[in-house]
Order: sequence, then C-alpha cells, then structure tokens
Amino acid sequence: MGCIENLKYEMLLPLGASFKECREYVEKNFAEVWYVDPGYKLFDEYIIGLPPIALGLDEGKIVFPYTKPCHGTYLLRIEDTDEADRVRKTARKKK
Amino acid sequence: MTESTEIPGKATGKALLLLGCPEAPAQQAIALYLAHQLRTHGTDLLITGNPSVLNLLKVSDPEKRYIGEMKVLEKCIEEIVEKRRLADLCVVCAHNDAAIAYAATMRHLLPQSRLVVIIFGKDPEPLAASIDFPCEKIVEKAVHNPMQLKAKVNEVFGWAASRT
Repeated sequence: MGCIENLKYEMLLPLGASFKECREYVEKNFAEVWYVDPGYKLFDEYIIGLPPIALGLDEGKIVFPYTKPCHGTYLLRIEDTDEADRVRKTARKKK
Repeated sequence: MTESTEIPGKATGKALLLLGCPEAPAQQAIALYLAHQLRTHGTDLLITGNPSVLNLLKVSDPEKRYIGEMKVLEKCIEEIVEKRRLADLCVVCAHNDAAIAYAATMRHLLPQSRLVVIIFGKDPEPLAASIDFPCEKIVEKAVHNPMQLKAKVNEVFGWAASRT
C-alpha cells in the first residue's frame, strides 16, 4: 500500500467528507464523469466504495475517492494522462 | 494428491472478519470474541484490517489461541478481486463512514456471501441508516463496553449466551 500516497496529489475535499459527499462533488463539479465498481484498479490499487464510484476526468487529471479505515474518504486529484485514457476505455460513461 | 477447487460463491465454511479503525476499544473485544466463536464452530476464519488493528490483536493473543490467520486489508481485497479468496460469511465492524465503504465493497465483491455489518460507536444509528445495500445489521451504541454488542452478536449467530 502507499502507492497512491506516494504520488503527487491534490486533496479536493477535506478529511471528514463522507463517501456519498465525494460522489456528489464529482457529479456536480466535473463535466466528464465515469463510473466504476469497487475493486476497479486505479494507480495500481483497488478502489473501495459504494457502487457506483464516480470518477471525474479533466483532460489528463483524474478525480477519485480514496478510502482509508482510520481517516475516512479523501477526494484526490492526480494528473496522469495514460491512466485517464485507460479510465475512458474501461469505465462506464455517465448517461 | 488432489488439488482443491473452489467454486465462486459456493459455501466453503470460510469466513472473513473485516475490522475498521481500532479507535473504539469495543471492536478489539468483539473481534477476539467473534474469532473465538467462529473458529470454535469450525469456521476457517481470516481477519483483515490495517496494520494497527492487526498488531493490537497479535499483541493481545500472542499464542494465537483465538485469532488465527490475519492479512492486511489491501492484500485481502486484492485476493478477493482476483478470485483467489472466497468467503461464505463476511463480518464487517464499522464505526465510521470508511468502514461502511469497505462493507459496500465486500457486498459487491462477494455477492453470494452472508454479510453481517456490526455498527457501533457513539452514534451508530445514522451510520446504520446510511447502509443501502443488502446485509444483516447489528446496531449498538458501544465504544468501551462490548457486553450489549456481544449479546446481539450471540443472537444473530445463534450462539448461546455465556455468563462471562
């Protein structure tokens, strides 16, 4: 573990946000929203959460929830064009 | 020599106990109790959680009389996603929103398993109400004293109440 924590990320929502608040934030604030299920691999880690998990894309940046047992869910933004393209190919588009 | 083949979703007598943040002491007691009871009843149990919660159990039970096999959460989830680990019972201890997210993940990854979510802490009712996926819920206001929680666990699992 710690792969995502070692990447250069921005935290969009403060600690203490619920998982559902993270989903609502993504749906409200990003034009390009994709959905995945728990267990989807992102940045080489399996994503945790209540399905469907909303991912926001902003060109090469990915916005996603990152859950840790003691800290709750963080909404993070990481720039990675290749990973963003992979999400576009493998996730479900918002209807 | 025969190789064991497991069919996804088929009952195997395997259980998974997923522990949340160890901040609430009642979790430690109920985890050891569940481990003892499940293993006494012949269940093959794996306990998973973050390193802190697993270390608390290791120190509490140095001879592993109760806890048995343990694995860090990320590794356990990886094995479940990759279909290398199955469980026909999954018990999740939850006293915060993050643990509910883990329970939802287990519901999705183990759709045929019996899922029991133990919701406790200072204010468990709103947390329990936030669960909108199929599972059995045990809800009890418990932070330090696990006795009422233990009684409800006994009830749900059909274990006879002990005097201790």
